Amino acid sequence: MLNGLFKSQLALGLAQAAVAALAAIAVMLLARRRQIHVERETLIALVRGLAQIMIVGSILVLMLRGPRWTSVFILAAMTVAAAATSARRAKRIPGAFRVSLYAIAAGAGSVISLMTFAGAIDTAITALVPVGSMLIANAMNTNGLALDRFRSDVHAHVGHVEAALALGAAPEQTVAPYVQAAYQASLIPAIDNLRSLGIVWIPGLMAGMVLSGSPPLYAAVYQFVVIAMIFAASGLTCLISTTLIRERAFSPAEQLLLRPEAATAG
Amino acid sequence: MGTPTPILRTEHLTRDVAGRRIVDDISIEVPQGDVLAIVGPSGAGKSSFLRLLNRLDEPTGGSFYVDGRDYREIPPRVLRRRLGMVMQTPFLFPGTVADNIRFGPRQQGETLDDEAIARLLEQVGLPGFASRNVANLSGGEAQRVAFARCLANSPDVLLLDEPTSALDDAAKLGIEALVREIVEARRLTCLIVTHDTAQAARLAERVMVIEKGKLSRIGSLQEVLGAQRTV
Repeated sequence: MLNGLFKSQLALGLAQAAVAALAAIAVMLLARRRQIHVERETLIALVRGLAQIMIVGSILVLMLRGPRWTSVFILAAMTVAAAATSARRAKRIPGAFRVSLYAIAAGAGSVISLMTFAGAIDTAITALVPVGSMLIANAMNTNGLALDRFRSDVHAHVGHVEAALALGAAPEQTVAPYVQAAYQASLIPAIDNLRSLGIVWIPGLMAGMVLSGSPPLYAAVYQFVVIAMIFAASGLTCLISTTLIRERAFSPAEQLLLRPEAATAG
Repeated sequence: MGTPTPILRTEHLTRDVAGRRIVDDISIEVPQGDVLAIVGPSGAGKSSFLRLLNRLDEPTGGSFYVDGRDYREIPPRVLRRRLGMVMQTPFLFPGTVADNIRFGPRQQGETLDDEAIARLLEQVGLPGFASRNVANLSGGEAQRVAFARCLANSPDVLLLDEPTSALDDAAKLGIEALVREIVEARRLTCLIVTHDTAQAARLAERVMVIEKGKLSRIGSLQEVLGAQRTV
């Protein structure tokens, strides 16, 4: 229907974006009827997401004409932005931005480097930036989930953590069950994506490759390669972030910092 | 012959949280074997004071000394084992009673054998409970396990933070009897936070009163509460 109304591709794209945003807003309104208030966050995220992707698209048009090494700077900037987004999910965790930055840079960065070196990712800027950004974005999501879960589990078990500390336990020992639960829970989406690949969903990358003339079987295998890389990058990021955050949850004198201050009254 | 060093001494001990003073300049001496009740209204800073002694919170001013040693010279884990703490809620770890009792010693690489666990359980009045799942214990039983878990570390000082406030009257009297037995049998020094002055009179030899974070009085039961020890 929209195809017939718009001749310019950009106008068509914006119209399609508006329709998709309307669907998201409709869901938000349904949630509101059940007293779940995500209106502000959803609207800001929609506007921000569209603006950001258009700006990035415009920059990419310019950068795709540049030398290959510029992709390193683009991916580094994406990593910083991903860390900032993740850190916002981990409010009140001391040093969340730094932890997220180190974890995503080391987790996604090492997988991107290794796979590029092995030839699984082409060094052309048109391949490295989109595939790299997928790894960074997924690492960001997993990291945000892990930090959020860790914080809420520790908050819910302050008494147990402090009871263990009071018995002379090492801080890392007292939160070990919550680190494990955060790691497992955060990897559920990545595992499910890998498990349901091709059955529940055909990812955009594969569809794009087929549309641009790649053999469908190669496109399918390459999609698996990307999803497996996403899993590796997310898993490694999460492993690093949960290790780092575990240390930051305690003071140098091994006191739990990640607890509601009200717990100390009495 | 000089005065013996008290096992615990606080000197202008203070803690500020978000600009609010919750423990304010408390200086006391606790001799070896003393049973000191800490009383005062809710929110006066009794538990906050006790938490400083187990170093679950950091003092923001003053200091305290264990056998004359500044707390900062003692590694936190060593200090926490010497000044064992039992909280208002037992916070048992999932698993069996024996798993909980083994927890403390395991942190130092020691494994308590079944006989040692049986002895501890006997002492807290729960013989034969070793293999019980903690999920199936009553409030009083759980608190007794928390005592046994703390005693497994062989502390020199017991810090008890309202250990009976979540229990019914029968369980409360049972825990009080247990505290008296343990303190006497092991010659422990004990600081017990309670809002119940009658309980203080049943358990303690000396009483300190904290109000608005400050030490308002300290002395014998008679001096502070005008009461004699009732048990």
